Amino acid sequence: MAVHPVVKLMTQRLALGLLLLLAASVLIFVGTQILPGDVAQAILGQSATPQALANMREAMGLNDPAYVRYLHWLGAALHGDLGQSLTNGEDVAEAIGKRFGNTLFLAVVAAVIAVPTAIILGLIAVRYQGRWPDRLISGVTLATVSVPEFLLGYVVMFLLAVKYRLAPSVSTIYDTMSLGEKLHAIALPVIVLVLVVLGHMMRMTRAAILNVMQSAYVETAELKGLRPFLIIARHAFPNAISPVVNVVMINLAYLVVGVVVVEVVFVYPGMGQYLVDHVAKRDVPVVQACGLIFAAVYIILNVAADVISILANPRLRHPK
Amino acid sequence: MADPLVDVRNLKIEATAYPPGEPPQDITIVHGVSFTLEKGKVLGLIGESGAGKSTIGLSAMAYGRGGVRITGGEVFVNGRDILKLGPGGLRSLRGHEVTYVAQSAAAAFNPAKRIMDQVIETTLAHGLSGRAEAEARAVILFGQLGLPNPETFGNRYPHQVSGGQLQRAMTAMALCPKPDLVIFDEPTTALDVTTQIDVLSAIKEAIHDTGVAALYITHDLAVVAQVSDHIMVLRHGRMVEYGDTGQIIGAPRQDYTRALVSVRSIEHEEKRPTAEPVLKVEGVTARYRGTDFDVLKNVSVELHPGQTLAVVGESGSGKSTLARAITGLLPPTRGRISFAGRELSAEQRARSRDDLRELQMIYQMADTAMNPRHTVGTIIGRPAEFYFGLRGEAKRKRVQELLDEIEMGKGFIDRYPAELSGGQKQRVCIARALAAKPRMIICDEVTSALDPLVADGILKLLLNLQKIEGVAYLFITHDLATVRAIADSIAVMYRGEVVRYGSKSDVLAPPFDDYTDLLLSSVPEMRLGWLEDVLKHRRMESAGN
Repeated sequence: MAVHPVVKLMTQRLALGLLLLLAASVLIFVGTQILPGDVAQAILGQSATPQALANMREAMGLNDPAYVRYLHWLGAALHGDLGQSLTNGEDVAEAIGKRFGNTLFLAVVAAVIAVPTAIILGLIAVRYQGRWPDRLISGVTLATVSVPEFLLGYVVMFLLAVKYRLAPSVSTIYDTMSLGEKLHAIALPVIVLVLVVLGHMMRMTRAAILNVMQSAYVETAELKGLRPFLIIARHAFPNAISPVVNVVMINLAYLVVGVVVVEVVFVYPGMGQYLVDHVAKRDVPVVQACGLIFAAVYIILNVAADVISILANPRLRHPK
Repeated sequence: MADPLVDVRNLKIEATAYPPGEPPQDITIVHGVSFTLEKGKVLGLIGESGAGKSTIGLSAMAYGRGGVRITGGEVFVNGRDILKLGPGGLRSLRGHEVTYVAQSAAAAFNPAKRIMDQVIETTLAHGLSGRAEAEARAVILFGQLGLPNPETFGNRYPHQVSGGQLQRAMTAMALCPKPDLVIFDEPTTALDVTTQIDVLSAIKEAIHDTGVAALYITHDLAVVAQVSDHIMVLRHGRMVEYGDTGQIIGAPRQDYTRALVSVRSIEHEEKRPTAEPVLKVEGVTARYRGTDFDVLKNVSVELHPGQTLAVVGESGSGKSTLARAITGLLPPTRGRISFAGRELSAEQRARSRDDLRELQMIYQMADTAMNPRHTVGTIIGRPAEFYFGLRGEAKRKRVQELLDEIEMGKGFIDRYPAELSGGQKQRVCIARALAAKPRMIICDEVTSALDPLVADGILKLLLNLQKIEGVAYLFITHDLATVRAIADSIAVMYRGEVVRYGSKSDVLAPPFDDYTDLLLSSVPEMRLGWLEDVLKHRRMESAGN
């Protein structure tokens, strides 16, 4: 039986994604192994006796060949065991689980605001191309993309937290807070993240749709006497989905992976801060786990972008 | 008398041109054209490219394509001047009172939406009827236009149907909102002749059945003569002649119209085969890599020195693939190709420099076959330098000789392709092929993208050069009029096979095989009632079978 081309393509993409993830895990493992210094020494401190160091290495399996350690690590990670933190001995999976949840919460809230806003602003910019709404949108988003996010963070903090006292400047959240309280607490980092990713997505949406606006079927739609916004939304946008989805996914990945600076600025208990803390402490299992999770997020989102692009293509969805 | 449906008075249209190396300038592309169109009548707009026919047609929707602006005159549709309408008024005009059928339906349909949704979109957007009613009308129109399975045809996506079907679907899309006027902009130009005749008759019947008025834009007088009541001949944005169809093709008053009517009047006496052919293709079979069917099947033809072999067929028949096999771009899986008495290597890379030099090629799109950043002198001089080592003054002299041969004379040597007209570009390509002093030139649809009069000039030039240089042509074309004009022998191709092959007089004389008969009878003839005669004849034949 012939396999539907969409199924075939998607299977290929998923397989490729898994392969990439495997390659990323190798890189992460190798990267942390070639760091200078000795984990045992780092844990026991300068005053440790040679015998204590040797015992420690034996206990941690550091004397095994690298590939054995890699397979152990990978096998454990696949079972959800990311090891123990070297600095405080807590279970990495458990510690990350909570913080990853916080990071996702921040990212999802920012994405829910940023993605529709970016697409709608892109549509408006196309509708009024070259006129003042387009120039205003393009100008402002270019400015927000260009300003470094830590500066944007402090500007927003100064204006909204210090001057007008609309939202707290420290975004610490606790389990006991209600959803409304949490949203209020993270208002400022959300604003900063939205401003950072909005411009990129909006400009790509605008460019992709403008590209499609040149085509003959858009002229046909104009000659049908359709309203300009309907032409853009119904005839141009569906054919611009693929490039838009790609840039949206890259920005979503950034929202999860690249928020380190914003989390630090607003003291938000997310993955980014956790990673930064433990890099400083040379806490290898934590760094490896964070790296693996970030890589997985990137790869999953990009595979999702590919899959959506494939599904958005009528030629693939409906073969002859 | 009632007011006409369309009344165009003194229409002026301008555009902004961007000549290379100069500041942009406004140019007038339509200089005060006036005409009227009664309800239910069909007016043919005819002229060469650049005559302004599409621009005038679209003015009936108050639409300027690209940077085109309507700057003067009045266009009355249903009694009101549509040039004075605001955006809301224009929207109710477009798609409701006046609709449009584009040349390339393949590009004019949105690839992401089902055909049905696009066909009934206008009806729904203008609130003319509900969805169910609109779909029912669309199905009726699909049936009238001869589309297969009218009930389910609309469920398909544009890429799932053929070009001819899409063109009919576009006609259905234009007729669905029951407009007063449809603008047909070269609706059959991009189709094969055998498809064109079906689409043309479908359009004609649909116009007749719905009683809609139409502006029918084309460069092909024989086509427009079949569908229109009146014809307006345009040239350089001015009206040359206006009259009823019988008068225009039977008794044209203007010289330009006469030239259009009598186009393809080239006389060419057929030459007899010589003892030794310059090209011998024997049993060539070829397929593209990664596919499992042969695009050429056991093809055998011969070309004699100083003669022309026309390879004719529809798109997809394997004509251009044959050229690729001969030039070595697609090595055959079986068969032999010999050239000037020696066998050619299948691979182009393995051929000697003389093999390459003596076998030249000219393409359909002269535009894309030249480097836009080279001057004419560089383009033509390159083979002269590469094959004969000419440099400096000698090379320039040779280029000028070649320019004289292609009747372009002085003043062109330092120009860029962008500064040339379509016909001039094709001439430069011919000169470039001649610069290698070839024994044989493969001409791949070299006149297909040109206006009839310009194409005629190119054909005359090619015949003349053949007389002087003794070069042989393998002439690939889908246009039978061209074949009649220049061929000595003909190979008719269909689905990768040569179905008929021989001297021109033999191939074009009955009895015909079925395919050649279909092909020959589908070529529009410049007379009234040709379309009806052919269709009647075909119906009788199929009834007889």
